[in-house]
Amino acid sequence: MHFRTFAGFVGPSVFLMLLFIAAPLVGVFLGSFQITQPVVEQVEVETCTPGFLTQTCTTELVTRPILDENGNITTTTEWVGLTSYIRVLEPGRAWDAVRDLDYNALMQIDFWAALRFTLMFTLVTLPLVIGFGLAIALAVNNVARSIKGPVIFVSLLPFIITPVVGALSIRWLFIGDGILTSALEMWLDRDLALFAQAWTIELMMLFYRVWHVAPFAFVIFYAGLQTVNRDTLESAIIDGASRWDRLRYVIIPHLMPLIVFVALIHLMDSYRVFEEIVGFSSQAHVISLQWLTYDFLQPDDAGNRAYSRASASAMLTMVGIVILLIPLLRRTWRDHKGAPH
Amino acid sequence: MMIKKLALAGALSLIAGTATADCAFENETEVRILSAAFEAWNAVTEAMAECGNVSAELDQEFRTKQPSAFAANPSLYHVGGVSNGTITPLMNEGTIRPLDDLVAEYGQHLSSNQLIRINGEILAVAMMVNTQHLMYRADILEDLGIPVPTTWEEVLAAAEVIREAGVVDYPLGATMRAGWNIAQDFNNMFLGFGGTFVNEDSTPNVNTEAGVRALEMMMRMTEYMDPEYLVSDSTYVQQQFQQGRIAMANLWASRAAAMNIEEESQVVGLVATAAAPTAMPGGSPATTLWWDGIVIAANISNEEAENAFRVAMEGLDEEMVRANNDDAIWLVPGYQPSPLAEGAIATATAEPAPLSYPSTSQMGLMHTALGNELPAYFTGDVTAEDALAAAEAAYITAAQEAGLLD
Repeated sequence: MHFRTFAGFVGPSVFLMLLFIAAPLVGVFLGSFQITQPVVEQVEVETCTPGFLTQTCTTELVTRPILDENGNITTTTEWVGLTSYIRVLEPGRAWDAVRDLDYNALMQIDFWAALRFTLMFTLVTLPLVIGFGLAIALAVNNVARSIKGPVIFVSLLPFIITPVVGALSIRWLFIGDGILTSALEMWLDRDLALFAQAWTIELMMLFYRVWHVAPFAFVIFYAGLQTVNRDTLESAIIDGASRWDRLRYVIIPHLMPLIVFVALIHLMDSYRVFEEIVGFSSQAHVISLQWLTYDFLQPDDAGNRAYSRASASAMLTMVGIVILLIPLLRRTWRDHKGAPH
Repeated sequence: MMIKKLALAGALSLIAGTATADCAFENETEVRILSAAFEAWNAVTEAMAECGNVSAELDQEFRTKQPSAFAANPSLYHVGGVSNGTITPLMNEGTIRPLDDLVAEYGQHLSSNQLIRINGEILAVAMMVNTQHLMYRADILEDLGIPVPTTWEEVLAAAEVIREAGVVDYPLGATMRAGWNIAQDFNNMFLGFGGTFVNEDSTPNVNTEAGVRALEMMMRMTEYMDPEYLVSDSTYVQQQFQQGRIAMANLWASRAAAMNIEEESQVVGLVATAAAPTAMPGGSPATTLWWDGIVIAANISNEEAENAFRVAMEGLDEEMVRANNDDAIWLVPGYQPSPLAEGAIATATAEPAPLSYPSTSQMGLMHTALGNELPAYFTGDVTAEDALAAAEAAYITAAQEAGLLD
């Protein structure tokens, strides 16, 4: 292909990628090294607010931003180097905790607590999603042709449900005297409070995520199963291979590229775990890295947002994903280079 | 905090009125309003809609949306529904206009109590007061012969008796969801113990005796509460009351009317209100006073502002209050306090009176810091002092970033 033709085809999408992916990333990257502050002044202000019958007036020193002639807040932007990263990571406190082998102290720092949960969540759900996905795919592959359609449809349902809605449904089933909590209480004959401690919440989150994502793995694996070489399978049967042997030596190697693909997508997705935290409003017990970024961006009642720390936290999340993906990407790269064409 | 927002995104409602009944004039220019989504705002915006060409957006996300929407030029809304907590960013950014002229021309009927003056300028018109006060099951207290508690020690003693009697699942409820709610409960108790949040130089001042005592009192309360209290917000506590699962709570006055909604509540007529309990003898009730009211955007033409103000006044008139008397503790003339309003009025007129929630930038940062750091104390991970120290550290970082501290 001529370079011109190639460029003509690829150009538009490269341009859009630069515009919508690269440019914002650079913006966030630069933003994480800057802090923009309003210029403030302290003034004495008399505020009169209503009681039920009469007003009370108080005079106090109030800090407020200075407005310029157009009515906009005057701001200054400074390069602050790694300040925001240090504020997010709190390396001093973290190191003290590590040196004293004080796990609890380390978990008091938001970032490390979020990292602990995010990694645990990602690494525990990964094998479960692949395992369940594969199991469902094999099961569906073996059911009678007549009911295959409905079974596939039902298996896909969890994946279709909007994540936040799914998380909220699980929450409503279990919170307080929710239906399932009440049922469990009757069954176990004891009072349960599933939202009162971290481990039960984490368990529900793991359950929810596997329930939600396993259908995705199922669809991919099911498609892969349709391309397994029949001849190989049959000769394996003739050679006396058991069901397990066929799975292990024929089917799984055949599906391996798909398993790597599902693992890649799942690692990227679950490292950005967010809906579960919001849906279960679990921030007292469990937070994730993505939620941390979101929390920095949320304005308080006075309208302050921590943009700089949010940028730093977002960059750290990205770095985390890249590190997590390196082993899988290396594998794909090796396969790609080494594949005999 | 977030869940409430998500849940209430569904409650976001649009009322586009075309009727012109019961309005003193026919409104021809469009008036858009953004406010919180509770019953009182429903009443007010519906009364405004009678003038025609009014579109009201009632949304619990309003505190996030309002600052940017009003900063746009022209502003996306003409009228904003605010409280003393949420007016701060609008004042700081200068996106709301002084109302002195408009009040002089169209607001003769307003009582002076309603006019929110900042440095002498009227910036908002208040319509109601709100406060967290004691709500209790009058029948249970009477059956067990418990006098209505006036201090938190008495509340705990009463809770012990109720627990032993076993008449409800949990004697106490509290709005202690991690984030904004738990911080607000701490604020109430902290002020009740005589604390001040920040020093004059903006440095934090919560890791004090008052702070520790407030946290310890809250911890003692949790013993009588549903163990899932860290996810319990106002709506959750309201429902606990309605389903007869709790006997007492320090809950918002704006939630009181819901106790007597027959479709939802199993305790119609059984819940009474009293002044917020004091934290220490001779102290003020351990709560804060709030007001809700309207502001007019700065970035709209004077004609639009004038028109919007006239429409807003129609929403805040006597007629509206008569029709919706029990939905709030109205400041509008014509309000007849119902029995359920007793607690809020007793709280507001107590001597010494509780403070208004301070609308300052520092308070916004402190509220967020407390909301993020205090839950660790309640999960048992840190001591009270450590939790308060962590809140102070979080506040200092945020204040440095916001330019309030060096």
